[in-house]
Amino acid sequence: MAANKDITMINVEHLKKCFGSLEVLKDISTEVYKGEVVVVIGPSGSGKSTFLRCLNKLETVTDGKIVIDEKEITSKKVDINKVRENIGMVFQHFNLFNNMNIIDNLMLAPVMLGKCSKEEALKRAKDMLKKVGLADKEKSYPSQLSGGQKQRVAIARALCMNPDIMLFDEPTSALDPEMVGEVLAVMKELAAEGMTMVIVTHEMGFAREVADRVIFMDGGYIIEEGTPQEVLLNPKEARTIDFLNKVL
Amino acid sequence: MFRIITVYGGMLLEALGRTLLLALLGLFFACIIGLIFGILGVIKNRVCNVIAQIFVDVIRGVPMIVLAFFVYFGMPYFFNTIIGGFNVSLPALHAGTICLALNCGAYMAEIIRAGILSVDPGQMEAARSLGLSYSQAMRKVVLPQAIKTMIPTFINQFIITLKDTSILSVIGFPELVNTAKNVQANTFMSFQTWAIVGIMYLIVITVLSRSAKVVERRLNVGRE
Repeated sequence: MAANKDITMINVEHLKKCFGSLEVLKDISTEVYKGEVVVVIGPSGSGKSTFLRCLNKLETVTDGKIVIDEKEITSKKVDINKVRENIGMVFQHFNLFNNMNIIDNLMLAPVMLGKCSKEEALKRAKDMLKKVGLADKEKSYPSQLSGGQKQRVAIARALCMNPDIMLFDEPTSALDPEMVGEVLAVMKELAAEGMTMVIVTHEMGFAREVADRVIFMDGGYIIEEGTPQEVLLNPKEARTIDFLNKVL
Repeated sequence: MFRIITVYGGMLLEALGRTLLLALLGLFFACIIGLIFGILGVIKNRVCNVIAQIFVDVIRGVPMIVLAFFVYFGMPYFFNTIIGGFNVSLPALHAGTICLALNCGAYMAEIIRAGILSVDPGQMEAARSLGLSYSQAMRKVVLPQAIKTMIPTFINQFIITLKDTSILSVIGFPELVNTAKNVQANTFMSFQTWAIVGIMYLIVITVLSRSAKVVERRLNVGRE
């Protein structure tokens, strides 16, 4: 499904982020439309994960403005917990809750935040597990699953909150190679359903296939952005060319 | 030896009961103090962190016997004589409970702080990213995992606290050691008296640590 350019889901203006004296994001401005799949690539240390983590304020923003779904999350007045309910996040290291079984992992947030009744949450959790192909793992604990299974559960957990936006922070980087495919397949399905997605990844093949837009970051700036054809196949900037030569 | 058991056995058992009462009271309040200062030590607030650190440093830096004298003799003197106008007198049980709670509480705070920090920060991040508040995430996700790692150290601290009650014999609380001193003074059988007292502590602590091991094993379901 193509992006709907009439509706802006994420608007970032002059975003700046410092860790002490280290300036990780220097001046980032971009927009993400509803239903758009944006893939962020770049060398390690380029600030791409930090950028993603700023979008749901897991990192405090030093300067600049971020508007998510018409709510300015960089303003102090906004209840960030409410905004986060609408933004699913998938982490490199899965971060499933080790003290609960899979179904409880999925049901915790919807039930605790009063999104729906326990019965509805259970039904949705089961549906989401089926969607990621793990209906039989309800009662398992995270430690009993493989990496690929854990990541699919993590995606299902985020989807249980019925978010409008999904953020993926290197979702396949910690996986054994043979498990990357199953996670990417779930993500492709999501993209096809029209989910707005921002994905930090090193999977160039996936970027080429699924992304509506690719952003190349380096040194805290967006160096180049455009369609996968433009950025991945015909890059203009020297740094993009250099990076792609190294990874492809 | 036999005479001590027949004549003073009941008395020593009662004293053991008071030792356990004191230890339980102390531990109960120590858990509350430990949880409060432990959490003050991990939340993202400099002032809270410093308060927690000062509390722990001060209590850890003072021997419990000094703390006991200070609370039992020093505090009433402070109110009654230095400030004046008060007529405070602190029963030994209360003073003893305060000492144990403060002393053990400071160590508990460190155990709880370390336990919380040992949980992968990703767990908190994942919970927050779903929209849970800090305290919801702490309660449902981080603390349950932290407590599991804390249990062995907790048990250790419980045992230390139980043994520390003996220090409170110096403020006249009739716990086991204080009572045994009287038995020794009456009978002059120091070898037998202290052997019996030692065995009493040993039995209680062994039972405690064994049952704690069982609890520990039960709680480990589903863990890596």
